[in-house]
Amino acid sequence: MTHEMILAGFGGQGVMLMGQMLAYAGMIEGKHVSWLPSYGPEMRGGTANCAVVVSDQPVGSPLITRPSIVVAMNLPSLDKFEGSIKPGGLLIYNNSLIASKPERDDITILPVPANEIANELGSDRIANMVVLGALLGTTPMVETQSILAALRHALPPHRHNLLPLNEQAIKRGQELAKQ
Amino acid sequence: MGEKILMKGNEAIGEAAIKAGCRHFFGYPITPQNELPEYMARRLPEVGGAMVQAESEIAAINMVYGAAGAGVRVMTSSSSPGISLKQEGISYIAGAELPCVIVNMVRGGPGLGGIQPAQGDYWQATRGGGHGDYRVLVLAPAGIQEMVDVVQDAFDLADKYRNPVMILGDGMMGQMMEPVMFRDEAVTKLPEKDWATTGTRHHPGRRNVINSLYLQPDRLEEHNDHLQRKYAEIEANEVRYEEVDVEGAELVVAAYGTTARIVRSAMEAAKQAGLRVGLIRPITLWPFPVEPFERAAEHAKAFLSVEMSAGQMVEDVRLAVNGKKSVHFYGRTGGMVPTPEAVLAKFKEILGGEA
Amino acid sequence: MAKVFERPKALADVVTHYCPGCTHGIIHRLVAEAIDDLGILDRTIGVAPVGCAVLAYNYFECDMQEAAHGRAPAVCTGIKRVRPEAIVFSYQGDGDLASIGAGEIVHAAARGENITVIFVNNGIYGMTGGQMAPTTLVGHKTTTSPYGRDPKLQGYPVRIAEMLATLDGPAYIERVAVYTPQLVMKAKQAIKRAFANQVEGKGFSLIEVLSTCPTNWGMAPVDALKRVANEMVPYYPLGVYKDIDAKGEDK
Repeated sequence: MTHEMILAGFGGQGVMLMGQMLAYAGMIEGKHVSWLPSYGPEMRGGTANCAVVVSDQPVGSPLITRPSIVVAMNLPSLDKFEGSIKPGGLLIYNNSLIASKPERDDITILPVPANEIANELGSDRIANMVVLGALLGTTPMVETQSILAALRHALPPHRHNLLPLNEQAIKRGQELAKQ
Repeated sequence: MGEKILMKGNEAIGEAAIKAGCRHFFGYPITPQNELPEYMARRLPEVGGAMVQAESEIAAINMVYGAAGAGVRVMTSSSSPGISLKQEGISYIAGAELPCVIVNMVRGGPGLGGIQPAQGDYWQATRGGGHGDYRVLVLAPAGIQEMVDVVQDAFDLADKYRNPVMILGDGMMGQMMEPVMFRDEAVTKLPEKDWATTGTRHHPGRRNVINSLYLQPDRLEEHNDHLQRKYAEIEANEVRYEEVDVEGAELVVAAYGTTARIVRSAMEAAKQAGLRVGLIRPITLWPFPVEPFERAAEHAKAFLSVEMSAGQMVEDVRLAVNGKKSVHFYGRTGGMVPTPEAVLAKFKEILGGEA
Repeated sequence: MAKVFERPKALADVVTHYCPGCTHGIIHRLVAEAIDDLGILDRTIGVAPVGCAVLAYNYFECDMQEAAHGRAPAVCTGIKRVRPEAIVFSYQGDGDLASIGAGEIVHAAARGENITVIFVNNGIYGMTGGQMAPTTLVGHKTTTSPYGRDPKLQGYPVRIAEMLATLDGPAYIERVAVYTPQLVMKAKQAIKRAFANQVEGKGFSLIEVLSTCPTNWGMAPVDALKRVANEMVPYYPLGVYKDIDAKGEDK
């Protein structure tokens, strides 16, 4: 199975980290992975995105033009990437911040009120983990434990107290996806 | 081999250089290679070295000249416009026969161009780049693990031939993350450099001079002949490439670096469509792998060079195929990256199928 | 019989290519004497410029590197950073240091690189045949200012010692001349101190030496020396411009 994903949002919404955690978790599980960020002026406060591949096969192009999965954390991201998703693919969008509805009818669409759930849990900053949970709930490409191991690696030791909160956020996202 | 870790290309180069015994780095900021000098600035002091941010790319390459002449393993990096500035120094380094490693994370040009991935510096890299008759070994990795491997090799090649070695990547190779493993044993014993300017106390009775000036034409020609013999030896011994499904292929594609990855994706789709497409992926761009193209020209119907340029490597492919078969080209420029779909369409067009 | 004068050990026993009457020979000797006096020959690495001193790598008995035009301070930086125990000096002319290499010298000085720079200022491009230099005085005729340097067309000469002394990086900057025996002795002391500073780890030292070019100035050697005294010194005053050891006495 090859998952070709584009994760997009405002700079600061944590889409780059979300992508890295997926790649890292895949690597831990012995899968082939790549992570490719957008870079340049668009990174300075504008829309950022990364392309992530998690696969059983060696990764060909790390640049994704026809993703099987898109995560859109804000409206510009939805506008930019909705049309590129392969028929039968998956779109997860953050309906805490996106009022309009996607138009495609040939893909699976999952709205996630990521900021609302994150705020309920006590921190707006874990909205990305809620969405990551929703992604794993819909498409279980890696184990939650691998994501947590990746987070443990990515966060400096003095931030490890945040790990349980991140785990909760992922769980909430997974539960939402299963409803 | 050590533990597998996920690393950005630019940072993986830095760590690989350190593992290869490089303790000194001279650089100047330019996108999309900034993570490399930043990594070195952070990491080199931990291993007893230093990164110096020079006042310009010109100064940086001349610092490399001084350091390489003083006998240590040294590296600099930049991206296209900055590499143009470095060409003066690279010519001097080649003329004075100093070993060093230069990284070019190519971006779109000409001029200030853009900051997205490109391969428009192929000619500059493989034809020397600056003034005079000289060559630079050029290694073009197509993934982060290979990036690590070629960086470690690059320092050995530079020392072996007393010649600059260039790592030719692009913005995508620099920015992307993939799992990598580093060779376990870091280099501890570096090759003897009895020619280096280390002070005569280290080589009593002999004065070492680093120089590329020969005012007598016969002496300069002698020096140039020596360089050419060295380049011939490199051409004979150091060609590296990868072949994928070339045997029995009707269409043989040439692509390096990022583009080779895209071609691999297109080849997967081509296989499902029943097309017989092979890939020759040069890893050394100079010396160029002529021989696999000569072999493939015996059976393939046609060749195709896919590049992020307006058509540069395609000239080397034509020279290698030597008129035996038709050689086609597909390229994008300006930071536009060919898509697997577009490359597949080109396969079909050449092989006479529907696009 | 006691020997009272001999060739410094650091100076190679070869015939130089310098023109008769040019003071490069004196300045080379002073550099060599300073190296001998400090006993540092076997750990000294010199960097030659592009210009009249391009062949300087043949004239000193230490390891040498030949730099690209103007880049000697960058080459010195590379050497010194990887061989901090070495004594590293550059020997550069005015076209090399003050024109094409202006960026390199300013930033080596600003970084306070622990190196020694010998800057030979004769106000002209000698090796290439007498073109205007950044230090050519107003009114002076050269092959590229055949009607005399006109500030409206060619701007003003650059005072390197004064300019670099405004930086916090340098430890020691002095301008000297070599047109009388007394001044030669003074220049020797300055050059020796510029090397001693490096031995002591004090940082960037630059000695600007006002020099002659009888050939391209079209003058007899003695007249050339008089021109330094009468025309150059008024525009390029001799003296110490930066000295971290002379608290509060900087010019």
